[in-house]
Amino acid sequence: MDKKQKARELRAATLTSIYGAQSGHPGGSLSVVEILQALYYDVANIKPEDPQWEDRDRIVLSKGHACPALYAVLADKGYYPSCDLDKLRQADCHLQGHPDACKTPGIDVNTGSLGQGVAIAGGLAMAAKHNGRSYQVFAIVGDGELQEGICWEAAMSAAHYKLDNLVVLLDYNGLQIDGRNDEVMSLGDIMKKYEAFGFDCQAVDGHDADAIASAIRKPVSGKPRFICCKTVKGKGVSFMEDQAGWHGKAPSKEEYEQAMKELGVEING
Amino acid sequence: MAESKSLRVAYGEALAEIGAEHKEVVVLDADLAHATMTAIFADKYPERFYNMGIAEANLMCAASGFAYSGLTPFVSTFAMFGAGRAYEMIRNSISYCNLNVKLGFSHSGLCVGEDGGSHQSIEDIALMRVLPGMTILVPCDSIEMKKAVRASLDIPGPVYIRVARPVVDSFTNPEDEFIPGKANILREGSDVAIIATGLMVTEALEAAEKLSKEGVSASVVNMHTIKPLDEKCVLEMAEKCGAIVTAEEHSIIGGLGSAVAETLAGKSAAPFIRVGIQDKFGKSGKPSELFCEYGLTGSNIADQCKKAIAQKK
Repeated sequence: MDKKQKARELRAATLTSIYGAQSGHPGGSLSVVEILQALYYDVANIKPEDPQWEDRDRIVLSKGHACPALYAVLADKGYYPSCDLDKLRQADCHLQGHPDACKTPGIDVNTGSLGQGVAIAGGLAMAAKHNGRSYQVFAIVGDGELQEGICWEAAMSAAHYKLDNLVVLLDYNGLQIDGRNDEVMSLGDIMKKYEAFGFDCQAVDGHDADAIASAIRKPVSGKPRFICCKTVKGKGVSFMEDQAGWHGKAPSKEEYEQAMKELGVEING
Repeated sequence: MAESKSLRVAYGEALAEIGAEHKEVVVLDADLAHATMTAIFADKYPERFYNMGIAEANLMCAASGFAYSGLTPFVSTFAMFGAGRAYEMIRNSISYCNLNVKLGFSHSGLCVGEDGGSHQSIEDIALMRVLPGMTILVPCDSIEMKKAVRASLDIPGPVYIRVARPVVDSFTNPEDEFIPGKANILREGSDVAIIATGLMVTEALEAAEKLSKEGVSASVVNMHTIKPLDEKCVLEMAEKCGAIVTAEEHSIIGGLGSAVAETLAGKSAAPFIRVGIQDKFGKSGKPSELFCEYGLTGSNIADQCKKAIAQKK
């Protein structure tokens, strides 16, 4: 299947689960789709039939609230049946409001409390080197999340321990709950900041899965990597795009139908 | 003659000892290796020691990453910065996932002394106790510290080991059984039971000795495990002695006293008094001076025992 079509379908599945739950975070889920696509459908070394495979690459969605998109990807990859998505956030379902490694196959790390996932990813990368393993660790962070001090503690130690098996991918959509990053708490020049912390830095179009994948493939030695993926919050649904108000709100019936129409996906049932 | 050793030195030595047999053990510290004494492990096994710098939030999450990868990290810093500053990392990135991380936090309680209230953690047990699945061990001397470190390896999931700073004369025996969750009864008495933990165990023994000279018979329980609490022992002591006094170098809110109160509630009408820090912060001073001022002494425990006995109906 064409990558763009796959992205549209993942977005539709994401929104459908949020609509069904009448709860969840559509904005940041829609912006992160191509980053997930580059990892799960291209560069990451994983075995969906063996989620605990020891040599798999680890993928940590540090911006855990975007998990509806991740859940849609994992279902599509076969980690669990797609019908599970219908029960997102329900008491009788493993799909928690934020990723839970104890409950959901394919989730490597519990995340959701912002900043902690990227720090755990650093620990995973240190442990991989400690154990003499060659797998990579990918951490997906949000821009608002980088306001958490722990992200910079983690950045300092990633460079100190020369974690060239760690890739930090920023879903840079520029928005957070209370508005634009620049209004709430400016990130400044994020590339220069990560560079100053000792990362190899690249900037890419965050809605171009191929560009993200090739940035990840660039060989680097002795340094952790930072890939700034410029994205649009709410990407793919016109009325959600670049709107802070769609951070954590489920669509109404009319809005959902309109979104599906724009994504070119027919509503089942 | 009893061995005198700092509990933190015993902790560091214990890590080095288990490190020889358990290659999966790694140790992470936050620039306090020479205070927490993880340096003893680091000298022996430098390839399994990671200094994470003065960054406790990242320290906990890095440990989480090691545990996810099948290793057994022992994490050390001061109790204030581990249980306190990095509380939510322990909560969400260690405890919530029931990861096999051992937290050995030193410099707990008033015995930090001169560094003052900002560094005296009087709430760490309370903070750790509310976390589902967390085991809490509070050793009373260096012999027990070594047993606790070793025992923590057999407990799947997170364990908090409270490591006091001072040099303590060892009074337990190497052959004494140490079973997490099972209290050790050090002295049998019939008028009152003193349930003590950590540095307060010696004070409790002193109190019992003092009381015996006054014709009062006191039991002394070494409650080395705060969670899971040996509830059976607490209830049996309440039944047998009819009065309970708890003693801890920690706030009376949320620690041993609270745990015992929760056990007794609705099950025993025995008079019950909590010796500990009475809902206030610490301050600078010599540990011995502070222990007197805050009532963490054998003589105050004895006085409180007499009060509890007087309340019996």
